[in-house]
Amino acid sequence: MSLPHWDVVVIGGGPAGMAAASEARAEGAERVLVIERNTEAGGILPQCVHNGFGLRVFGSDLTGPEYASRWLRRAEMAQVEFMLQSMVLEINADRRVLVSGAGKLHELSAGALVLATGCRERPRGALNIAGSRPAGILTAGTAQRLVNIEGYMPGKRYVILGSGDIGMIMARRLTLAGAQVLAMAEVLPYVSGLRRNLVQCVHDFDIPLHTSTTVTRTIGRERLEAVELCAVDQHWQPLCETARTIACDTLLLSVGLLPEIELARMAHVGLDPLTGGARVDESLQTSVPGVFAAGNMVHVYDLVDAVTESALRAGRQAARYVLGNRLTTAVTPQTIELGVNIHHVVPQVLHLTPELDELVIELRVRSPIEQPVRVEFLADGERVVSQRLRYARPSEMIVLTLKPDEIACLQRAEHLSVNCRPWES
Amino acid sequence: MAETREIICVTCPMGCTVQATVENGEVCDARGQACKRGVAFAREELLDPRRMLTATVALKGGVLRRSPVRSERPLPKAMLLRAAEVLRSVTLQAPVAQGQVVVADILGSGVDIIASRDIAAEVLS
Repeated sequence: MSLPHWDVVVIGGGPAGMAAASEARAEGAERVLVIERNTEAGGILPQCVHNGFGLRVFGSDLTGPEYASRWLRRAEMAQVEFMLQSMVLEINADRRVLVSGAGKLHELSAGALVLATGCRERPRGALNIAGSRPAGILTAGTAQRLVNIEGYMPGKRYVILGSGDIGMIMARRLTLAGAQVLAMAEVLPYVSGLRRNLVQCVHDFDIPLHTSTTVTRTIGRERLEAVELCAVDQHWQPLCETARTIACDTLLLSVGLLPEIELARMAHVGLDPLTGGARVDESLQTSVPGVFAAGNMVHVYDLVDAVTESALRAGRQAARYVLGNRLTTAVTPQTIELGVNIHHVVPQVLHLTPELDELVIELRVRSPIEQPVRVEFLADGERVVSQRLRYARPSEMIVLTLKPDEIACLQRAEHLSVNCRPWES
Repeated sequence: MAETREIICVTCPMGCTVQATVENGEVCDARGQACKRGVAFAREELLDPRRMLTATVALKGGVLRRSPVRSERPLPKAMLLRAAEVLRSVTLQAPVAQGQVVVADILGSGVDIIASRDIAAEVLS
């Protein structure tokens, strides 16, 4: 018996999934399906009620729900099919998908798969904070969902650990909802989210921000009663003499996001320990032929606009794979080596085929450089692309887009690498 | 007398640091911004600071319990907390249409608070 077949199946209906699916249709894939476990598409966007989305993709300043509805409309116009309230339980390297939905198990097959499973928040268990397990300790994203979707305030007096964007946005949201945010602690000597959020969420509302500081203990058995804050040295070791307690009923954690890779693992997709996500090539194809990856499951982005832009490429390339327009199997993949001050790079490998017509390199630096820098992409020691930036910070992804003549320079290269160092004057 | 102040532009995610010089109640010089929106932002930030207000309000009879809302334009910064307080006592009735006015002319600012998404009414079975 043959299985129901789609040209492209996209797993996850968030911003990455909607963009990948729409673009796969635009590139000529006939039947494109998005499988989404929630009751509606949109992923995390419906709970991101703040603005700041869409400046790059639409040239307008939108809230999360508005950005989601624009993409949903685009996907519907492109005749993308949606399977909602359906959860993918298994996938394999032959692109068979087992889905649970509407009280039934469905099995289907795909010409190409796009994994758009997003990311999850790093939980308390990953932090080693001393204390028991009282009520009132939750991730910033969970609090965001409770406040913005469920209509439930998780507490009155908050301390936020971590200065990621969701933590800063929640500091503002909770203040506007009538709660008190008593402190925000960041273990690094600098804020880990965007500067615009530091201004409009933290400074605007006079939220006390403590850098080089962490939470060393939670106090309270049934309900959180207080937390202990401690300054840390440059190796993140608490300086015990600085310990002080702050009475509070809720601790929010905004301490990083991790790509969601459970399904990728099932299909034996190769992973990158530096990003925590799938290893991909220039077309966002994983190590498994015909299985592509889009958005935050590749590496965690700063901006939804950047998620959309990368997912458009993944969807386009997935369609080309199905239509047989670009095959990479005949070429040996080349690994991009991480040079000076580079934390990670996406794609990790390149197939330098003659048909290669678009190449975007995304990277993060290891440590901040607060002066002009040169980001360069080298082929056999020759500078192929060089970009001057006013600074480089780990919190802000750097993107290099190669032009066709620059891509042509790579064709016979044997060693590829990237560097980011202070601009030589 | 001219005074130079450092401002982080919040118009886009780049977050440029703008050195803005004010003289006689006017911004006469701005440096450090990557685009002209930085100049406009610095002027507004020094003379009449404004921010977009986003929040959620209670919703009855809908498939969701909260409706996200936004100010149609940026509000005077000094008004944000009071405007948010007004929104805490608002309850909408589903269905809600994106762009629908939730509170007209909030606090006499001339700015409407509008719904940021469609929400269908709950179907009672």
